[in-house]
Amino acid sequence: MSEEIKKLIIDYVKKEYLEEDSTTEVNENTKLISSGIVDSFSMVSLKMFLEKKFLVKIPDDKATPEAFDSVNNIIVLLKEFTKI
Amino acid sequence: MAYSEKAKSFYEDELNGIRKAGIFKEERYIKSQQAAKIKVEYPAGAPSKDVLNFCANNYLGLSSHPDVIAAAHKGLDERGYGLSSVRFICGTQDIHRELETKLSEFLGMEDTLLFPSCMEANAGLFDVMLDKDDAMIADRLVHASIVDGMRLCKAQLYNYKHSDMAHLEEKLQETQHCRLRLIITDGVFSMDGDIVKLDKICELAVKYDAMVMVDDSHATGFIGKHGRGTHEHCGVMDKVDVITTTLGKALGGAAGGCVSGKKEIVEMCRQRARPYLFSNTVPPVVVAAAIKVIDIISKSTDRRDKLEANTTYFREKMIQAGLDIKKGDSPIVPVMLYNAKLAQDVARDLYDEGIYVVGFFFPVVPQGQARIRTQISADHEREHLDKAIAAFTKIGEKYKILGKKKDEIIAMYGM
Repeated sequence: MSEEIKKLIIDYVKKEYLEEDSTTEVNENTKLISSGIVDSFSMVSLKMFLEKKFLVKIPDDKATPEAFDSVNNIIVLLKEFTKI
Repeated sequence: MAYSEKAKSFYEDELNGIRKAGIFKEERYIKSQQAAKIKVEYPAGAPSKDVLNFCANNYLGLSSHPDVIAAAHKGLDERGYGLSSVRFICGTQDIHRELETKLSEFLGMEDTLLFPSCMEANAGLFDVMLDKDDAMIADRLVHASIVDGMRLCKAQLYNYKHSDMAHLEEKLQETQHCRLRLIITDGVFSMDGDIVKLDKICELAVKYDAMVMVDDSHATGFIGKHGRGTHEHCGVMDKVDVITTTLGKALGGAAGGCVSGKKEIVEMCRQRARPYLFSNTVPPVVVAAAIKVIDIISKSTDRRDKLEANTTYFREKMIQAGLDIKKGDSPIVPVMLYNAKLAQDVARDLYDEGIYVVGFFFPVVPQGQARIRTQISADHEREHLDKAIAAFTKIGEKYKILGKKKDEIIAMYGM
């Protein structure tokens, strides 16, 4: 798994969910859902981003708050459906 | 009966989880009419206590207004208690249509359809308006009933950062390929009390050919010079396509909601909105009283003017006292405490001082954004406001939060 993909997802999370002046750090282990950075309602745009970017269809039953709770978790999920 | 031990222990574990998370909700018993001054039994079994209510949606003080109660009595006597039917079989009386017409006139919309609640209006609307080739583009802080309504709709869901017009524009650009698009927002956001930038949203809607939907539940009756709502306040009365709102807050506070807007959209709801089609009709007693409410607020703006004056006074004095208030113009005035336990402790101490308020914390509001949401009413007299301000000052001193800003309060109590 390339660092490039991690960075791609982290950059998206920062741009999509944090305010411009936010001081919140986001790395591959940062809790996204359980910390409240991404709420369950907003998770849909993260799923849509991943599906478009990596040309996959993530089934709804796999798109759980746990699976989306960190960039590392997301990468594990993506590995199930892609060859990244 | 097959309520097994397995089922019982499953539910017990779930409930214990809710308790452990600190989000178990307990009801408090009010032993009087809804008003600025109420009698409350809390905790259950405790002697009744007279307190000032600063957490009701009774913005215009009409929930127990004598003329509204008299109209309800008359409606009950003349049209009966229930109709034992959904609207389209034998559940529509002439007064249902009269109320719909009055709401259309008051809101400046083409047509209106009553629902049993605004929750159900929001549950039914999107699925009727949009399909899989369409897009819903919603503010991230919309009410839970809108979130549920969007889940019931097959259209693609997009959302934008709260009140961030640049982010909304990005989403509008991203969805150019969709057949129909609907921008979805609250008029006044219920937890922050801020008013939507509806003029900017309508500009973007014209630029990108999208429709606009507003839930004005925390606005109808008092936001705008004549209380028509956020579309009046923002000067876009003719640019909003569909409004949902409630009769359960400022407009008498009993029950019922509606979809009001372009006549084709309202007719589609009448034909296809499942919560409308399969719910019982709004009871005649509620309809009769709501007609009186619309008459009262159409004839005079006295109540909304008093509410506005009360709100300005309360906001100014609370800021002068050193409390951290979220800026805004609406009668929803959040007092920021950031820490969940602190919010609960302050609310409990205020209750002891005779002020009934509730602490809100994650997951109802974002993590580290715990607060007490105060709500001002036209039923409040100046002495009520002064008593609440004095109590907040006293309890604020106790917790040493007066004059402190976010970082300082977090440094003392954590997030």
